[in-house]
Amino acid sequence: MARRIIVAGASMGGLRAAEQLRAAGWDEEIVVVGDEAHPPYNRPPLSKELLAAPGSAEEALASVLLRQRRSAADIQWRLGTAVAAADLAARTVTLAGGEELAYDGLVVATGLRPARVPVPGPRHGRHVIRRLEDALGLHRELAPGARVVVVGSGFIGCEAAATAVSLGCRVTLVEGSGGPMERPLGKRLSDGVRSFLRRRGVKCVPQQRVVEFLAGDAAGGYDDGTHLRCAGVRLADGTEVPADVVIEAVGSHPNTEWLRGNGLDLSDGVLCDGSLRVVGAGHVVAVGDIARYPDRRTGTGARRVEHWATPADTAKIAAPALVAGLNGTGAPEPAAPLPSFWTDIFAVRIQGVGSPAPADRIDVLEGDPDRPEDGAALGYYRAGRLIGAVTSALPADKQLHYRRLVTDAGIPADSRLAAV
Amino acid sequence: MNTIDVDRSLCDNHGQCAIAAPAVFRMNAEGILEYEATVEDALLDEVEEAIDVCPVQAIFLKN
Repeated sequence: MARRIIVAGASMGGLRAAEQLRAAGWDEEIVVVGDEAHPPYNRPPLSKELLAAPGSAEEALASVLLRQRRSAADIQWRLGTAVAAADLAARTVTLAGGEELAYDGLVVATGLRPARVPVPGPRHGRHVIRRLEDALGLHRELAPGARVVVVGSGFIGCEAAATAVSLGCRVTLVEGSGGPMERPLGKRLSDGVRSFLRRRGVKCVPQQRVVEFLAGDAAGGYDDGTHLRCAGVRLADGTEVPADVVIEAVGSHPNTEWLRGNGLDLSDGVLCDGSLRVVGAGHVVAVGDIARYPDRRTGTGARRVEHWATPADTAKIAAPALVAGLNGTGAPEPAAPLPSFWTDIFAVRIQGVGSPAPADRIDVLEGDPDRPEDGAALGYYRAGRLIGAVTSALPADKQLHYRRLVTDAGIPADSRLAAV
Repeated sequence: MNTIDVDRSLCDNHGQCAIAAPAVFRMNAEGILEYEATVEDALLDEVEEAIDVCPVQAIFLKN
């Protein structure tokens, strides 16, 4: 009887995991199970191009569906089916409908869901951007002249704010405790991005958080019998900001609840070793931004990486490790992927490589970070070593140049063999 | 022979393909993609990586 690997999670991470299992020589059964309604699709456009101009629902889906490798043709897909629980000792997963599936190997790729702002107020009229339907529904409300409040100034919050302005909305960005994209970019460039957003018409409100969603009357009421909609936000200093549309972009939660009861470390995603093997479980690996694994490049301990490239990067390590474990062969030496990320804000591209966040020093390498739209590059150092670089509005060959500098700076010797 | 086609209406010159498959894709000094139109089988793994990491899925392989 053929052995079976179950991939839990049917978005990009599940697809990349399945493809990399085939690339690693696994020619037995692969079953991908996930609550996603659509085959895996590309999410970055949901806060940018697709949010600005989605076309019909069919056109929108077609524009973001991920092409699948030919090797993925015989993978079994169980879409629209959440994995509800797992018994790692018995090697079974239980699906939402109660069906139990046995596995030989398991890939954890259930990803993230949007966090919500935990304050009182009506639920209706508040948006998040995660699924295709989220973007389609939000687009319908971004009419010219609409008052939009974006809560949170990470990548998605900044991108959504820029897109809404481009659609003619009047946009207020409630930044939260950090400035625009401050964690990945550092304070210097974050301040410059705020100046840039303001020059393009975004009303940025720094150092403020939302303490309440204001209630307004919804004409006609809702199907659930309620008739209140979110009509704005109250900030910590008491200011009320009225809004027709509120977008919550305050980060995300890893979908790990189904793994509870197995003795795993689920404190922030699922804890893995450097080969993406889940610590404390046999023949289980994790793929994508749910995986918390040691960052050997910065030597700063295990962390999750929430970038678009993470599913592909982690699948390339996790799949061979799982197949080697199942076949009883030696695990390959784990690679240390160099994270990379990008964002497009008003057609200005900011690209990053490495791990800028743990830097203890930031240098301007070229240009003026106060005018990111005119071209700038910054280097991020930890203990004197270059660990990351970010370029803004510079051609891609510049980004490749700085990437080489980060690669050449290497991995610190004392963290090469660092355990979890 | 394996043929590579990049849909220039999609390509946004991110440069990720030039990282994944530098023998096939490169960014010129203006930051514009240049690439080999045909590649040998030995480079197919690299090309598949490049297809995967293209944020706008602009790279097509025919073989």
